[in-house]
Amino acid sequence: MRLPQPRGPLSATLVETLRRSQDGVQPGPDDARTADVLHDHDLQLSLWMCYELHYRGFDDVDDTWEWSPDLISWRRRLEDRFLAGLRALAPTPAVAPEAVPDALADLVAADDGPSLAGYLQREATLEQFREFVALRSVYHLKEADPHSWAIPRLEGRAKAALVEIQADEYGGGRVERMHSELFRDVMRALDLDDTYGHYVDRAPAVTLAVTNTISLFGLNRNLTGALVGHLAAFEMTSSLPNRRYGNGLRRLGGDERATRFYDEHVEADAVHEQIAAHDLCGTYAKAHPDAAGDVLFGAAACLAVEAEFAGALLDRWGLGLSALHTSALERTA
Amino acid sequence: MTERATITSYEDGPLLVRGDFELRTHDGELIDPGRGTVALCRCGKSALKPFCDGTHKAAAFRASGGDRER
Repeated sequence: MRLPQPRGPLSATLVETLRRSQDGVQPGPDDARTADVLHDHDLQLSLWMCYELHYRGFDDVDDTWEWSPDLISWRRRLEDRFLAGLRALAPTPAVAPEAVPDALADLVAADDGPSLAGYLQREATLEQFREFVALRSVYHLKEADPHSWAIPRLEGRAKAALVEIQADEYGGGRVERMHSELFRDVMRALDLDDTYGHYVDRAPAVTLAVTNTISLFGLNRNLTGALVGHLAAFEMTSSLPNRRYGNGLRRLGGDERATRFYDEHVEADAVHEQIAAHDLCGTYAKAHPDAAGDVLFGAAACLAVEAEFAGALLDRWGLGLSALHTSALERTA
Repeated sequence: MTERATITSYEDGPLLVRGDFELRTHDGELIDPGRGTVALCRCGKSALKPFCDGTHKAAAFRASGGDRER
């Protein structure tokens, strides 16, 4: 993957900086401000690039940028704004550590985000379904990876619980069952390019924010509580929507191979949600009482960002527009 | 190494089965569990029985995850 097209002064400076060999050059100013961090293209793309240095990197970037002190310190300032935005978007009440599993269930039950799954099941056109899959590929082609950052930071039962979930995400060590690989089958069935990162330039800010939220929690050890809470909310809101996604794709002519990713998630996440809520988050909160609130915050942030993602797609489709971000390159073509 | 099967009941949710187990249909046919740990439906509403599909949440299923209910 190569560096994406910049979308403003922050990402332009970052792209220009990363293309150089590392020589202590300070990335540019970070004083750009927008009220809504989830929809700030420049901020989300810049964060996404900073985070990607910790996953697979870029073909046109020196890998040693990953731990550049200047870059980390610049990223930190962007993260402060992002985190403040997430906390404002997902306020959570105080919770007793032993009440965390119940509080997670209540949070999920109260979630009233727009039903993207219902629309995809019953109404979406094939083109809209393709857009949904292209945008989701920003996350699904590295599915489970951001949550794996928690493994070395946990111990005992909570660690075992996370490993039990992640092992399943990675197909129990069998590549053909690995969820990111099953997603490639969905992409190929829809004539989409399954190259890692291929649709990043077409992803609106809020799509990048979905992955950035997990990377933010995953790359900051002080947010481990939020990371495990995020995973629990992910898993607890997955089985039923995935059944609808699968049914939607079948309605549009998808065969068994095409829908397997979604069908697999119905069953897998029904297992994972129990382990995540009780064995992972419940155990973690009891062992780290001060972080019980962070667990709930991570879950609430997950639901809030997903709701923004869903709302953005439905709004665009409701206007008869594409949900993809039109890259600068294409505007000038 | 074979590991004894364990069945764990989760509050308001399914039964999770781990370890060395076999799932069979009433005709004795093996059911592929597809993963090391499976969740078996306890609310009766799953469309994927014997597996759980998360429907217990929509059905507001209530059951203890611990002590026997009397």
